[in-house]
Amino acid sequence: MTAKKWAFEDFFPGQTIDLGETHVTAAEMIAFASEFDFQPMHLDEEAGKASILGGLSASGWHTCSMLMRMMCDSLLLDSTSQGAPGIDYLRWKKPVLAGDTLKATGTVVATRPSSSRPGLGLVTMRYAIVNQRGETVLEMQNSGMFRARGVAA
Amino acid sequence: MTTLDAYFRIGETVTLGTHTFGAEEIKTYARKFDPQPFHVDEEAAKGTLFGRLCASGWHTASTWMKYNLKQRDDEGETPWDGPGPRPQFGPSPGFEKLHWLKPVYVDETVTFTRRATGHRALATRPGWRILTMVCEAFDSTGDKVLEFESAVLVKTG
Repeated sequence: MTAKKWAFEDFFPGQTIDLGETHVTAAEMIAFASEFDFQPMHLDEEAGKASILGGLSASGWHTCSMLMRMMCDSLLLDSTSQGAPGIDYLRWKKPVLAGDTLKATGTVVATRPSSSRPGLGLVTMRYAIVNQRGETVLEMQNSGMFRARGVAA
Repeated sequence: MTTLDAYFRIGETVTLGTHTFGAEEIKTYARKFDPQPFHVDEEAAKGTLFGRLCASGWHTASTWMKYNLKQRDDEGETPWDGPGPRPQFGPSPGFEKLHWLKPVYVDETVTFTRRATGHRALATRPGWRILTMVCEAFDSTGDKVLEFESAVLVKTG
């Protein structure tokens, strides 16, 4: 038996899971973009203002990474998570600007036991990130793999 | 005269670069963004489905973007003598059908590719088009480790 709070059996369709919030600074955006996404609108305020994003904005991959951290802190680290095979879709709907506060939630769409791996199940969830202006900045759906509660870690 | 199809290299698979994922780099990314046991700790990874330390899927996907831009920079500006201004790349509206097909374990060398598949005018933004592409990554044995279908806005008018 796992001591983790979340195992496959604990998820059900319609369930909403609060994934907390995070604050993003210009310095963090620039650090991420310098390594992975060195386009001017992710590195420089003036270039951001001149772009259709309207200001220094986070790389979409940075926003994905921040969502992953919120998922880890609020759910996955206290779960039987065994990773995820992919992402069904992901939409960057609005820019994430320096100083924004992002709140994330996950809603369970479906759960099913794995047909190929006994003791493992797939949990399909829809995620959303909303900023302090009430705008949805990101939407994503994917399935994560979780061990069943009775399976030894 | 350069056509948009030629400028975007529609249908051609472009190799973007190769990257070796070292243990420290895998852990540095994962400690910041994805601190699950199989991405931060060799010992803890042994008890998981992965069996060994491997890169966060977001780390491999973000590294695709790094090499996508690096290829653009390294190659320099593609000559443009088509009608209107030189196309300018903007942000991406998202991606779909992303699959992490095989774990990227420590010290694996990954080759990233991009294949543009088509482009169309954006009804909501005059002067802009949306370019679609297939993005992939392969390990040293030739197995595909990552694939996704992406898009990017391009200003052409």
